[in-house]
Amino acid sequence: MDEIEIKRTISRLSHEILEKNSKDIDKLALIGIRKKGVPLAYRLQKKINEIEKVEIPVGIIDITLYRDDINNLKTPHVVHETEILLDVNDKKIILVDDVLYTGRTVRCAIDELIDFGRPKAIQLVVLIDRGHREIPIKADFIGKNLPTSYQEIVKVYLSEVDEMDKVVIYERENNHAQE
Amino acid sequence: MLKSKDLISIQSLSVEEINLILDTAKSFKEISDRAIKKVPVLRGKTVVNLFYEPSTRTRISFELAAKRLSADLINVSVNTSSVVKGESLKDTIKTLESMQVSMVIIRHSEAGVPTLISRWVDFPIINAGDGSHAHPTQALIDMFTVREKRPNFKDLKVVIVGDILHSRVARSNIWGFTKLGAKVVLCGPPTLIPKEVEQLGVSVTYHLEEAILEADIVMLLRVQSERQKANYFPSIREYSRLYGLNVDKLKHNREILIMHPGPMNRDVEVIPEVAESPSSLINEQVTNGIAVRMAVLYLLAQKSKK
Amino acid sequence: MDILIKSGRLINPKNNFDEQVNIGLKNGQIKYIGNKMIKAREIVDATGLVVVPGLVDLHTHLREPGREDKETIKTGTRAAAKGGFTTILCMPNTFPVVDHGTLVEFIILKARREGIINVFPIGAATRRQEGKELAEIGEMIKLGAIAISDDGAPVMDSGLMRRIMDYTKMFKVPVISHCEDLTLSQDGVINEGIASTILGLKGIPAASEEIMIAREIALCRTTDSQVHIAHVSTKGSLELIKKAKEEGLKITCEVTPHHFTLTEEAVFSFDTNTKIKPPLRTKEDVKAIKDGIKEGIIDIIATDHAPHTKAEKECEYGQASFGIVGLETALSLALTELVEKEGISLNKVIAMLTHRPAEIVNLDKGNIEVGKDADITIIDLNKDFIVDVNQLASKSKNSPFHGWRLKGSVWATIVKGKIVFRENSFKV
Repeated sequence: MDEIEIKRTISRLSHEILEKNSKDIDKLALIGIRKKGVPLAYRLQKKINEIEKVEIPVGIIDITLYRDDINNLKTPHVVHETEILLDVNDKKIILVDDVLYTGRTVRCAIDELIDFGRPKAIQLVVLIDRGHREIPIKADFIGKNLPTSYQEIVKVYLSEVDEMDKVVIYERENNHAQE
Repeated sequence: MLKSKDLISIQSLSVEEINLILDTAKSFKEISDRAIKKVPVLRGKTVVNLFYEPSTRTRISFELAAKRLSADLINVSVNTSSVVKGESLKDTIKTLESMQVSMVIIRHSEAGVPTLISRWVDFPIINAGDGSHAHPTQALIDMFTVREKRPNFKDLKVVIVGDILHSRVARSNIWGFTKLGAKVVLCGPPTLIPKEVEQLGVSVTYHLEEAILEADIVMLLRVQSERQKANYFPSIREYSRLYGLNVDKLKHNREILIMHPGPMNRDVEVIPEVAESPSSLINEQVTNGIAVRMAVLYLLAQKSKK
Repeated sequence: MDILIKSGRLINPKNNFDEQVNIGLKNGQIKYIGNKMIKAREIVDATGLVVVPGLVDLHTHLREPGREDKETIKTGTRAAAKGGFTTILCMPNTFPVVDHGTLVEFIILKARREGIINVFPIGAATRRQEGKELAEIGEMIKLGAIAISDDGAPVMDSGLMRRIMDYTKMFKVPVISHCEDLTLSQDGVINEGIASTILGLKGIPAASEEIMIAREIALCRTTDSQVHIAHVSTKGSLELIKKAKEEGLKITCEVTPHHFTLTEEAVFSFDTNTKIKPPLRTKEDVKAIKDGIKEGIIDIIATDHAPHTKAEKECEYGQASFGIVGLETALSLALTELVEKEGISLNKVIAMLTHRPAEIVNLDKGNIEVGKDADITIIDLNKDFIVDVNQLASKSKNSPFHGWRLKGSVWATIVKGKIVFRENSFKV
């Protein structure tokens, strides 16, 4: 995907979110999963504000402390801050992430979210769904379906952190790029 | 990633390692504001508080830190008078090793004990205070607390007041603050200033008023009455007159921030009005204590094989 | 001859001898020194090796009676032989303290029966070494003690020390003083300086030793007696002793190998094998000691061999016992740190380990000449000694030198004409 495609996809996803939750927009909150989910959450917030003239609150969640592979990591992950300043009770939380793959990251985010309270509902929006689920997790809103093999890596670049907007698939061995 | 499997003294930590711990602690701080103050990261790990010296606040602080990380924590308080010289120490540690604990936090009245036991086992040892040698987590808490208020250490002047000679908190803070680039000044009677201490990159003054001028932070140390009996100073009254912090002494520097590792001797090191004033960071030190200790437990748990 | 030591390089500092010769031993005495091949029952080929008088140690702790778990006269003398020592003096701070004649006799008899080298007891200066009343100094000397000391502790009461010096002088033996002011050392465990500041361990200031040395010098002047200062460790102490010698007082002093090898920085690891009294001092002090050896202010090298059990050392630094073993590493340390690194002559270093200690206690030892006792040590300067504490002959293994590679090792030790140790094994 290139910059224009990403922009259109954000726009479409924003409309879908509003459509599905039209009855309780006031209960919505976007929570971006670190790292790339965070800028995406802010982009959705901005687009939704443009469309509906309403500002959905954004929170940030760091799932490092909830990982299931914490004992097996070769290099430990740095723990960044989780910032959820809103009260999650009775809200419709929309988790935001860049790529949905095995589903483990989202499982962590759900477990951590539940420790903050009892949301009315949890929905999931992702920019890319690349398949190969290992946990029964399904996204409610998908930017693009990208069937991939285990040999491939999907990287999402966002200008807030990477100086460009792009989605690229790499081969594991020879880093052959395909946009 | 921390280099050593143990945390025994600030002396052996690099600036990068200190910053890693402080940055990690920052991320852990919000967990104590949640309704459910727990994350599952150390689930199934067993942490032991092995305290040969009595302590309430440090012990509870470590206990809360471990529990908020979902670890199982055991408190072992050893009555010093019943401990036979040396042998019991090795037996105790080896017993814990056979029970497959993940980490041991040890406080002991003798310097060098954590170093000694860290050689006998391959799980992490955290020093919660060994004699007058080191108290690394307290220094990390102090550095974290200062960093929240004054992020730039390069121009910072920190004054440590009191019984430097017998203070592990002072030693660890000297290492920590000088490594991070601050200027450290020690203040106390000559009898309580260790020899050759200037070699550590600090300066010394015997007069509190002089020390406080232009200082950003003043760190007060607890003074023990036994020191008076050993003739380090003539009386608590005279000590307090010369080195106790009160409103009058602070009048030349109202911007200064006040710290104390606790527990305080009210009216000796500091009067309550000062300790409870807005310039006091003493409560923050306690709150931050848990976040910093959580960070230490988390980072060292990665060095533990169990 | 019983034994002919062939073609060794004989270094006998007492008469400045340094040549390749053959040495013939018979009936426990040296009977021949020359270039002829004399007939002998056993020929020891010492080509390429250095032959010196058997080493003499004025300061050893044998721990018997009372702490045979740490060392016995038997194991201590074996350790000494392995280190090249053929004569040792043992300190009286045993349990009970050697403070009367019976115990002096006990040590002499036990050493005769179980020891493999010459052992001479030192008698205590005060009863039970309590520093309050004189011990039966005359009786002890009559029965075989050749020096008097309360070592292990100082005699804090100056008036009493004056009496000890006055009284002992009639017997013409030295009073050996352990110089430490207990009110200054208190419960200190290492040198007071940068190490104690960093480690938070209580320090012992140099003044603690220097004050007592100044005192002993003044008392020596007052009593016109013979005083030997044990284990000197500071620059200030050496300056005092130098002045005293210039004045002509009968003061001698010793240094231990660890005090010319290690500084207080060795303590940083909290290894309890660095816990010694007097403590390891600063770099300046160690330099002053080496200079003191060069200038002759320091008369002899003595080991202060102090065995302790594993339980007494494998514990908190503050709780560990003071002291390290030293008989088996002394010579090699001297060869490495003094001869090789500082360029001090082999002759001078050997002198400090042989005839000079013997002269302080009036022993006819430390001298290879026809008619003298056949106490001989043969050294291989070309063979490195890699210290392995598990291989020490001493019962205790408390040495900070484990793993050190030292230049020169003991090849053989001969006591009263008998080879007791040769090429790494005991012959008795």
